Amino acid sequence: MAHTNSRHRSGKKFSVFQTVDVILMFFLMLITLYPMYYVVVASFSDPVLLKSHVGPLLRILGKPTLAGYRKTLNNKSLLNGFRVTLFYLVVGTTLQVVLTSMGAFVVTRKSFLIRRGMMKFMVFTMFFSGGLIPQFFAIRNTGIYNTIWVSSIPYAVSAFNLIIMKSFFESIPDSLEEAAIMDGANDFTVFARITLPLSKPVIAVMVLYYGVGQWNSWFPAAMFTRDRAIYPLQLILREILIENKSVAADNLAQAVEDTFTSELVQYCTIVVSTVPILVIYPFLQKYFEKGVMIGAVKE
Amino acid sequence: MTDTVLAAKKKRSFWVRLGRNMRQHPLLYLMIAPVILYFLLYHYYPMYGLSISFFDYVPTKGITGSKFVGLKHFREFLEDPYFFRTMRNTLVINLQLLLFGFPIPILFAILLNELRSARLRRVTQTVTYMPHFISTVVICGMMLDFCAENGFITTAICRLTGMKPVNLFSRASMFQPLYVAMCVWQEFGWDSIIYYAALTGIAQELYEAAEIDGANRWNRIIHISLPGISQTVVILLIMRIGNMMTLGWDKILLLYNPMTYETSDVISTYVYRLGLTNFQYSFATAVGFFNSVINFVLLILANTVSNRLSNTGLW
Repeated sequence: MAHTNSRHRSGKKFSVFQTVDVILMFFLMLITLYPMYYVVVASFSDPVLLKSHVGPLLRILGKPTLAGYRKTLNNKSLLNGFRVTLFYLVVGTTLQVVLTSMGAFVVTRKSFLIRRGMMKFMVFTMFFSGGLIPQFFAIRNTGIYNTIWVSSIPYAVSAFNLIIMKSFFESIPDSLEEAAIMDGANDFTVFARITLPLSKPVIAVMVLYYGVGQWNSWFPAAMFTRDRAIYPLQLILREILIENKSVAADNLAQAVEDTFTSELVQYCTIVVSTVPILVIYPFLQKYFEKGVMIGAVKE
Repeated sequence: MTDTVLAAKKKRSFWVRLGRNMRQHPLLYLMIAPVILYFLLYHYYPMYGLSISFFDYVPTKGITGSKFVGLKHFREFLEDPYFFRTMRNTLVINLQLLLFGFPIPILFAILLNELRSARLRRVTQTVTYMPHFISTVVICGMMLDFCAENGFITTAICRLTGMKPVNLFSRASMFQPLYVAMCVWQEFGWDSIIYYAALTGIAQELYEAAEIDGANRWNRIIHISLPGISQTVVILLIMRIGNMMTLGWDKILLLYNPMTYETSDVISTYVYRLGLTNFQYSFATAVGFFNSVINFVLLILANTVSNRLSNTGLW
């Protein structure tokens, strides 16, 4: 193996420490990957064999089958959940990114008199909150209880994300913005024409952070909605994976079949709902890492 | 006398300046208006809503129409048979998460940094970050499957201890270790990013100089790597302690059941059941208030201690 990193000094070819380190890394990868491997292998297995199987799984049981996937993809509530989550992702994430970037922009303006107070006003909410019940009343009294908005409007700006954006905006040289103001640009033009175009990396980070949050969101919908038609994907997943509810069977034969396939369907559901994000993630990894580091600088 | 006049003048001049500032930069105020409105409605209005814990709140009558009862609900919580249980579980689970979840990412980052092969380092990072992107519901669903009577985690534990296979989440004694293990499994890779970044920021010359002086690997880790990331460690520790009482209870809500309440029921889950399933709004709010205050006090304590000891802190 090449010594690609200058810090990893010359020295002996063989070292006990290196060996142990490498073995440990492989071990960590193994315990990270095995549960995921288990789910994938189980999702193609024979449902009857799978139900009676005990202990670890190394390969597909019986003849590989797509029966579970057929059943999963025919589940109407799951598809509806995907639709609702798509709304969360598009509308919710947009709302969050727009409001957060506007807020972050304004508090970086030296011409904004109350920027310090405004920061305190926002940061305080990171450390003290009214808690669940008052939040419930706030949601009810602002008229969004049992609407598709419960997962976006009450979470529109995260003070933490705003700090990340603010510290990025602060790194943009003032001279650019001053030059624009000299040319007669107003505050909004500076934001839209100068700051935003120069902030693509941090906007990418925000889209990813908020987007992942929207994708994973189940809690607000579980607490503040009753109507199943607006349940997001994760809440439907909770029914299937945690509460073990299967799709209502039409007849007895169907019901018997369901008891055999329920476990298989659970694994297929996990694959269908998780693979999209795990496939995309390695390509976006550097943006996520960047987000963590921009945040770290400020802290 | 003169003091008050001066203060009044100063105050007036602030409003005058604010008015002038608003006229000069109306767009800035227009842009931040929705943000302010959001914080008022969904953060400060709920904080004001905490006041219902001092009333026997009836939603149809509103706060003004409800009866003021002072600290009644707080006293009730202190005498509640579940007070001790929920407090203990909240603290014990969080301490365990701190004990395992905090140092493991640091150790992992150091070990990553010591790897000679850049490629192996890259692959390990990509793989260990993955669970962070699996949704909470799916992670908990997987955990419940693996810990069912025929699940592989159950099998492994039974082989080690000679126990009879049962659904592990029906055992109160198993809840906390399983919950903590799951949380650590999901986040150790992701949490290490920040430490790894701090480690790569340490000047190479330090390591080279130490090597010339004959420092071995342990010496270098202890005298260069660790001091190099200590500031990051302290800040993250404070943040973590400041969020201790509230973080991650949604996972508990997904995993617990009445059979494990003895070890799994925390203040937040108790508030949820009291408020949103039993509609004891005022009592639930008082319990939640209690939680928020402890949380805030912990944060201030952690920050003060850290300021004293190492001159680093959030403020």
